[in-house]
Amino acid sequence: MIDTIAVAGLRKCFAEVEAVSEISFSVRQGELFGFLGPNGAGKTTTINMLTGLARPDSGTICIGGIDCTGKPRAAQYLVGVVPDESNLYPELTGFDNLCFCAALHGLRKAERQARARELIDIFDLTKAAHRKFGGYSRGMKRRLTIAAGIIHKPEILFLDEPTTGIDVASARQLRHLIADLHRAGTTIFLTTHYIEEAERLCDRIAFIVSGRIVRIDTVDNLVQPMQVKNVVQLTCENALTDIEARLSESFPDLKFNDIGKGLIRVEGDAPIRVGPLVRFLEDQGGEVSEARRMRPSLEDVFVRITGIEADAMRKEKEKAGGGQ
Amino acid sequence: MKLWIAFWNILHKDMRTYYLKPPNISWGLIFPLAWTGMFFIKSGSALGSIQTLLPGVVAISILFGTTSMLAVTVTFEKKNRSFERLLLAPIPLEVLMLAKTGGAILFGVANAFVPVVMAVFLIDLSQVAWGAFIPAVFLIAVASTFLGLFIAVAVSEVFEAQTFSNFFRFPMIFLCGLFFPVEKLPVFLKPISYALPLTYGADVLHGAVHGGHAMPFSLDLALLSAFCVGLFVVSLHNIRRRWIV
Repeated sequence: MIDTIAVAGLRKCFAEVEAVSEISFSVRQGELFGFLGPNGAGKTTTINMLTGLARPDSGTICIGGIDCTGKPRAAQYLVGVVPDESNLYPELTGFDNLCFCAALHGLRKAERQARARELIDIFDLTKAAHRKFGGYSRGMKRRLTIAAGIIHKPEILFLDEPTTGIDVASARQLRHLIADLHRAGTTIFLTTHYIEEAERLCDRIAFIVSGRIVRIDTVDNLVQPMQVKNVVQLTCENALTDIEARLSESFPDLKFNDIGKGLIRVEGDAPIRVGPLVRFLEDQGGEVSEARRMRPSLEDVFVRITGIEADAMRKEKEKAGGGQ
Repeated sequence: MKLWIAFWNILHKDMRTYYLKPPNISWGLIFPLAWTGMFFIKSGSALGSIQTLLPGVVAISILFGTTSMLAVTVTFEKKNRSFERLLLAPIPLEVLMLAKTGGAILFGVANAFVPVVMAVFLIDLSQVAWGAFIPAVFLIAVASTFLGLFIAVAVSEVFEAQTFSNFFRFPMIFLCGLFFPVEKLPVFLKPISYALPLTYGADVLHGAVHGGHAMPFSLDLALLSAFCVGLFVVSLHNIRRRWIV
């Protein structure tokens, strides 16, 4: 696969503070790459360097095959950027904002108006299209800002904390839209502090802490080393008496735990075959409605690797930028 | 063609959005008119004095109008981060800043003709050398706009831009020969006068309106053009240094 973004030894200091410390990574064409880290980790500084809003102190950046080292704005025609805060014009309407952003990329009037209408429909902003952007709710502002970022159909999209500070329904809608863009072939560079969002959306993830990338891999590969034991959770619709002892007797290699409310947790050193367990429970009069293979979450991995509690990271960000 | 689309839309948006903002109305229109009134009353309300006052009034209308506009179009947009959207567009910085300043230049030119239109009803302007007057108005607007850009890039708040602008604007009223001839200034102030672009613009305006100019028009306009280029280049350098950090 071709690398659409290739970064090597990128470093950026602000006075005495090293915001980004010699990071290297690459993003493949069509990939949704997550950049995950707490506040102040260097996520936005990295995006700024990649998009030409900041000049690296050292290192190289190559975007879409264009060497942007020393020419930070050279590849801007290839990229769309959705910043962490909406930066559209409050005195223009939603529709006019989109048309203006399209004009910045050289789209002709008929073309930009058609594209603006299309995106306003997709982002469910039809009723607010001719209202001033300054009067939009947070969720609507985020949606219009993302629409503005893709108005020129960029090959590469940088999304900086797209769901921070918006309500659950809007965040969910945005995730669907991001997934749709990814399916359509857009290369997406996503920074977020919501671990579950990264886990759900991203092909590969980089953990960045204090300006350093501590790990890059696919979600599966990140989670795999944590998966020391195989765990399955069975759900029975009816309660069975003394089922834990009966199961232990019949399956001595497995460890059972009757959690209550019909939930039975099964642990084993080898992969667990669910069929015999379900048949056994049904023979005992149980009505098994679900068998789910449990695996460690990306959050467990993040905490293990970085030592930062995910919940603390989320609360810190929400204090700064409003809750999701 | 694509650059032209971006250029025109930036210019058009600024004109549509910012021309009637309060700082532009107060500093760009009301303030020069108040100054005109003050000088007119001081001159004993004689209609003949309008001809000698007109070049100065035109020049301060342009100066205050353009510099106020830049404080809004550049400093305000930088403050609320919408300027980042322009910096992220695939447009050369030179073209982007020409588009951002284009609206202010046109505003300055329009401001210049407010006192001219008023004067038409009071005195005979048939003797005015419009061939020199109009280029001078345009170049004063360009130089003042780029001075405004230089100031707007140096600060981060709109009120700072207005305050910092006054640091340049008020001395220029007295030092650039708008209402008091440069030749009559104390010797130690003359070098400062000649280091200010408005001195050359005002000289052309005086010459065009009532024939009282100190230097050839061509030299005045050449020096004014040089100031325009210099201020634009320095401002671009500062934008690259301060905003693409």
